[in-house]
Amino acid sequence: MFEEGVIPLDIWVSQSVDWLVNNHRDVFQAIKWPIEQTLNGLDSGLNAVHPIIIIAVVAVVAWRFSGIGLAIFSVVSMVFIGLLGMWVDTMTTLAMVLSSVLFCCLAGIPLGILAARSDRFDKILRPILDAMQTTPAFVYLVPIVMLFSVGNVAGVLATIVFAMPPITRLTNLGIRQVHPELVEAAQAFGATEWQVLVRVQVPLALPTILAGLNQTIMMALSMVVIAALIGAGGLGSPVILGLNTLDIGLAVVGGLGIVLIAMVLDRITQSMAQKK
Amino acid sequence: MDKIVVENLFKIFGPQPSKAMEMIKKGHDKESIHEKTGMTVGVNDASFTVQAGEIFVIMGLSGSGKSTIVRMLNRLIEPTTGRVLVDGKNVTDMKPDELVDFRLHTMSMVFQSFALMPHMTVLENAAFGLELANVDKAKRKERALLALEQVGLESWANSYPNELSGGMQQRVGLARGLAVDPDVLLMDEAFSALDPLIRTEMQDELIKLQEKHKRTIVFISHDLDEALRIGDRIAIMEGGRIVQVGTPEEILQNPADDYVRAFFRGVDPTNVISAGDIVRDTYPTVIITKTGSLRAAHELLSSSDRDYAYVIDAQRRFLGVVSSEGIQQALEKGAKDSPLSQAFIKDAHSVQLDDSMQDILPEVASRYFPVPVVNEENVYKGVVSKNRFLRTLHRTEQDRAEESEELEARQEA
Repeated sequence: MFEEGVIPLDIWVSQSVDWLVNNHRDVFQAIKWPIEQTLNGLDSGLNAVHPIIIIAVVAVVAWRFSGIGLAIFSVVSMVFIGLLGMWVDTMTTLAMVLSSVLFCCLAGIPLGILAARSDRFDKILRPILDAMQTTPAFVYLVPIVMLFSVGNVAGVLATIVFAMPPITRLTNLGIRQVHPELVEAAQAFGATEWQVLVRVQVPLALPTILAGLNQTIMMALSMVVIAALIGAGGLGSPVILGLNTLDIGLAVVGGLGIVLIAMVLDRITQSMAQKK
Repeated sequence: MDKIVVENLFKIFGPQPSKAMEMIKKGHDKESIHEKTGMTVGVNDASFTVQAGEIFVIMGLSGSGKSTIVRMLNRLIEPTTGRVLVDGKNVTDMKPDELVDFRLHTMSMVFQSFALMPHMTVLENAAFGLELANVDKAKRKERALLALEQVGLESWANSYPNELSGGMQQRVGLARGLAVDPDVLLMDEAFSALDPLIRTEMQDELIKLQEKHKRTIVFISHDLDEALRIGDRIAIMEGGRIVQVGTPEEILQNPADDYVRAFFRGVDPTNVISAGDIVRDTYPTVIITKTGSLRAAHELLSSSDRDYAYVIDAQRRFLGVVSSEGIQQALEKGAKDSPLSQAFIKDAHSVQLDDSMQDILPEVASRYFPVPVVNEENVYKGVVSKNRFLRTLHRTEQDRAEESEELEARQEA
């Protein structure tokens, strides 16, 4: 029944992306700039520091928030990654994950707070977050490349799109779960809206927000390989290279690095949330 | 002095409060408004005043609107119409920053569920109001510790609320309310979540605190015993309306309607009604300056057609009771000019105005004459007769109207 009239959405989308690329490139360059600075800073920083120091810092953090077990596990994992010859790639991946998570928090937490305060905003935001999480990455990889060109920054941007929803959703949830009597009590004692937010709601929602942070980090790591498709470096590129050249060994080594770093980050952030 | 004046306060919960207000004006009741519009009349035309320094209890069953009323006093809930004046200032008109200031300094609140901040220590919780008011850190700590001391929890300052029992948590809630040194303390079912024993303990503590610092307290409760124990005056609410306001004795003796009566059924009136409530000055008094004369007393008694007279001095201080029989005997002995004190009935004790009926029962029951009632300075206020005592019991139990009693009292006099 649809032979006659088909909405030419594909043409419209292509045309508008072309139009954006041709007319508003400067806007996208401006968006790109802070991400690029953060990413490059982190990348060169992490790679400049001696591996021993980084392993020591991670071990201390793991020990402080969890215990000696997690500290040993973290040291063993990272030494193993180094022995696999993946240290530099791991640091690049870490830099990409950290910078995308940073921007996810900067945008996602305020959006979550707004959504918690306004049911209407929540209603608008929810389908957008659904789309960000479920749209196949391949759909937006090409426009991202057209607008931001290939490389690590484009990879970070694609990662932000995919990884931001959990922290927004869980910030929203955490603040909504704060007992209304506590908010009322704060108001009764003369707290302004800002004071209610900062002194009561956010501190009490923090465990939930940290659970969201954990999820965001995990999703950012799961994007590493896909980001490598558009020229991002790090642990994703040996996997893609292995895939393209049927070098199974190389792909497994890259994949193992991702799994290990994911487990270390997951355990550390989870124990942070529990500690709170 | 009027501390809080509430005038024609309404609260409609729903999307179009003005429509419901119109229906109220046309005389529709809560049920029909809910049926037709789905809106709820939370508070319906509440007016009352709270005196400075009193404990004013608002009592009603759940859903009667009492929690809504108390939240409109500090505008945690915005009134639909009506005014709330505190110290003559219109709270309902305040702009947001004025309201914040008012909440910081004038009115604090204690909650049924304690509502302590779980992420703050006991000390930080007690200092919460002060912190919001930007009191500097050292001063804040000092005042919060002082408040914790008042409720006996200073040694728990560095614990967290979840380490404390329910009663202790509510003490922290009370300390938080007291730390800001408010003029008015709102207590929303503050003791309802506590065990009966702890509840009584907290009520006593509140009364003790109130003796030291006379604060104006608006106390919400669904517990009649609590209201009678701590309330100077009680307002009774039903279905969003205030049906009666008065002292416990007034309400107990003269309930406004069946609802109030039902509330008070089962209350032992002898614990609530005091000698001062039923005292009547219906017997002759003999005032003597130095010694008093038997003759004068005799004449007074025979002309008043009473068997007893009460002897007081020029300052109306109670001295003793005489009977016509006793005076007759003294006169027959021929001691015409002997002092009146000779004829005093032995062991005639007076009772205090604020003794409960329970307290004075043995005295009233064991004496053949009406028991004299005096105030703290021993000033004579009148008598309580057996007749009057029994009639009060009868009336509070049988819901006899006050009017006939008043009429009889007047006829007696």
